[in-house]
Amino acid sequence: MSGDTTPGAVGTGYRPDGLDDAFTDGGEQPPTGERGSDAQLPALGLVGWLRWAWRQLTSMRVALLLLVLLAVAAVPGTMFPQRPQDPAAVAAYLTEHASTGPWLDRLGFFDVYASVWFSAVYLLLFVSLVGCIVPRARVHAAALRGRPPRTPRRFARFPAQGGGTSADAPRAVAERAAAVLGRRRLGLPAFRVDVHDEGAGTWSVSAERGYLRETGNLLFHLALLGLLVAMATGQMLHYRGQAIVVQGTGFANVQASYDTFERGAAFDAADLVPFTMRLDDFEARFDEETLQSRDFTAHVTVTEPGAEPEERTIKVNHPTVAGGAKVYLQGNGYAPELTVRDAAGEVAFSGAVPFLPQDEVYTSRGVVKVPDVSGDQQQVGLVGFLLPTAVEPADGLWRSVRPEAADPLLVLSVWKGNLGLDTGVPQNVYRLDESRMEQVVDGSGDVVTLYVRPGETVELPDGLGTLTFDSLPRFVALDLRHDPSLAWVLTFAVLAILGLMASLFAPRRRLWLRAAPARTPDEGPGGAVTVVTAAGLARGDDVGLQPELDRVLEDVLGARPGTTGPETPQEGRT
Amino acid sequence: MTVAELSDLFVWSAATALTIALVAYSIELARITEAAQAVRHARQPVAVGAVAPVPAVPEAPASVGAAVERSRRAAGIARSTLVLATGLLLVAIVLRGVAAGRSPTANMYEFTILGTFCALVALIVVQRRHPIAFVGVLVTGISLLAVVVALNTLHVRADAVQPALQNYWLVIHVGVAIIATGISTVGFATTVLQLLKDARVEGRSRLERPWQRADGLRKAFVGARVTGPAFAWLDQVPEARRLEASAFRQHAVAFVLWTLTLVGGAIWAEEAWGRYWGWDPKETGTFVAWVVYAAYLHARTTRGWAGRRAAYLVFVAYTVVLLNFTVVNLFINGKHSYSGL
Repeated sequence: MSGDTTPGAVGTGYRPDGLDDAFTDGGEQPPTGERGSDAQLPALGLVGWLRWAWRQLTSMRVALLLLVLLAVAAVPGTMFPQRPQDPAAVAAYLTEHASTGPWLDRLGFFDVYASVWFSAVYLLLFVSLVGCIVPRARVHAAALRGRPPRTPRRFARFPAQGGGTSADAPRAVAERAAAVLGRRRLGLPAFRVDVHDEGAGTWSVSAERGYLRETGNLLFHLALLGLLVAMATGQMLHYRGQAIVVQGTGFANVQASYDTFERGAAFDAADLVPFTMRLDDFEARFDEETLQSRDFTAHVTVTEPGAEPEERTIKVNHPTVAGGAKVYLQGNGYAPELTVRDAAGEVAFSGAVPFLPQDEVYTSRGVVKVPDVSGDQQQVGLVGFLLPTAVEPADGLWRSVRPEAADPLLVLSVWKGNLGLDTGVPQNVYRLDESRMEQVVDGSGDVVTLYVRPGETVELPDGLGTLTFDSLPRFVALDLRHDPSLAWVLTFAVLAILGLMASLFAPRRRLWLRAAPARTPDEGPGGAVTVVTAAGLARGDDVGLQPELDRVLEDVLGARPGTTGPETPQEGRT
Repeated sequence: MTVAELSDLFVWSAATALTIALVAYSIELARITEAAQAVRHARQPVAVGAVAPVPAVPEAPASVGAAVERSRRAAGIARSTLVLATGLLLVAIVLRGVAAGRSPTANMYEFTILGTFCALVALIVVQRRHPIAFVGVLVTGISLLAVVVALNTLHVRADAVQPALQNYWLVIHVGVAIIATGISTVGFATTVLQLLKDARVEGRSRLERPWQRADGLRKAFVGARVTGPAFAWLDQVPEARRLEASAFRQHAVAFVLWTLTLVGGAIWAEEAWGRYWGWDPKETGTFVAWVVYAAYLHARTTRGWAGRRAAYLVFVAYTVVLLNFTVVNLFINGKHSYSGL
């Protein structure tokens, strides 16, 4: 930024460097030219430089720069795929951009909001905020105990002015003005008022209102700080896990039950409340025409430790709370109940296999891994699709036309060999490791495809055994999340909003009124003996300042004050 | 005819009324310009002296009077068609809600129609205090464009919504965001006007200084310079300081509304998506706009930044608001992809 203050520049009290504020300047023009720009101090030393750096950091210009930087730094997160949101997209990007991808990765572009540079910007911003707010809070605390500033000698330079005459003595006028200004609104005094005896029969009143404005400003900034701390605490204490629960089966809240599980550094997985949850039923409703989803409801039975089982429903937008964690309904699909018998006729696999929906008609993809075959038979893997309402628009080409399971069909290809489950490397249950397996083909070299409907049993090729499609239960994908900081986050957010509204909309005004004895008392009934002049100053542009001054004068001087001040500029209509 | 079709018809009627309002505002602007120029021409001979004033003087005031008269008529037409368009849009929005059986805040089409309505209401309120033809031209122009784009490319069937949107926050969160967008639009127009006025008063025009490389280009546009006769209407406009104060008040309200959008959205996201903040592209976009508006509010009180420089931040922030609504909705995949397109 141009025109920065040089090291060692002397500041003006508490205000952050560069804050332009006519109100605290008392309505005077800000000094022109940068303060101390020519004052080169001979030597600063380490403390001097640190002090200079601190002044720079807490200056208004740097705060502004950091705000703009924060906005700029947040943008790449929308341009590049982000790991926490979509790791698959990041992997795809890295394969597509082999040369630039790794560099972007190293620079943190795939996890922008946890990157060093993004963190640096917002942490510096908060340090700057603290450096700015703490001294201001101290000054404001003193101002809250202080008195309105004394009445200035001349009123000419103030934006709002007014005046009039009164038949009462100056002292009586001043005291009436103090009473008018000190009236309570909503149980709080509108103005803090002082009456001054200026000698020679002249009395004046100084009044100030709107301490709420600065209070709100400080509250807003402190609430943002509180918000950051609350969010960071939540990050430390939280856990989040995803679990897939098939209709008719249960879920026990231990870490092993989760498909994915992440927790904050301060959360111990042993502290998981051991509740159980059983999916009794799942209802889905879709629009007849557009096939858009209209309603998902999971009926569950929750058993908290030491409590009776309790039936509950979970819907999108309506999570339930179990064991201190919120349980969200995040997804659903079909999990065909399958039985595989090996060549010897032994049951090698039996259970429900979740197939993940790929589109709005629930064309679902899944993998069945059958490792426990008897004898030295090769292991079997089945890969393919479930079509909830299958039609055959062309010969051998099947697709689903509706999301409901009206006419379900499993379309599977068969692999044999070694599933690789004994290598010790964790495997994705939804993907078949094909490296040591081969796809089964028929005599003419074509891939063998199995078509199975519920209740049917088909022979596996190459004498591998049989496959039975027993039934088609549904599954739900649940998100479980525990975050004890939520109440604090909400509290600070609400405080920030309240503070912001006070700081933007509460008017901060000073009014002064001077009652002086008239030099030549008017003749006639009720002749004026006192000349009243008044002025007002507000923080920022304040359209309500002159009206408030006029109202006060009206109340002090009676129904019709003879306004002698400059005309309020009125915008006429064209 | 179904209720939804009736609603669309009302939107088309509103677009027609807006077109008339736009034309009327433009005519008023042109007349004001003309009048301002005529006043200047009328003054010049007098200033030169009594050498040859005879033919010029009696003629000029007559043309000034006619221009002002026509301008007044245009202003009246603009104001009444503006109110008519706003009323038609309100009816259309209510009918849309009736047809869909929910609050009309679920997709881009409805957001655009309701946002335009809010901008027009804000315009009517601002025009009552500061009747400025330029703000009228800018806001009715943007509104007309928005309504026609909404009808032609964003329109989707009035229908119930998916489970993730079935929440009363749909009214609060989206409603507040729509009002914030409307007020930001009027604030933007006021800020543009502030800068134009400031540039004219200060005599600041890049088109008047020679450009080294492309002076031909500069000469082609020299007629459009802000200090030239084309912008004479600016002389009728309140001074830049007052426009700045007005823009600040609008942006202060908009900033509070954007804050409420963020907080309300976070509360809803906590219920619907299982986290209050997840850097979804839409969340990020709103956050960026919020931060830039915050920077504007700070810049206003920063020495050396108040006035023109702070106003540039308004341009940045409003651009972010527009991009956040268009590009993020249509081209970036995120959890807020509800446009239905």
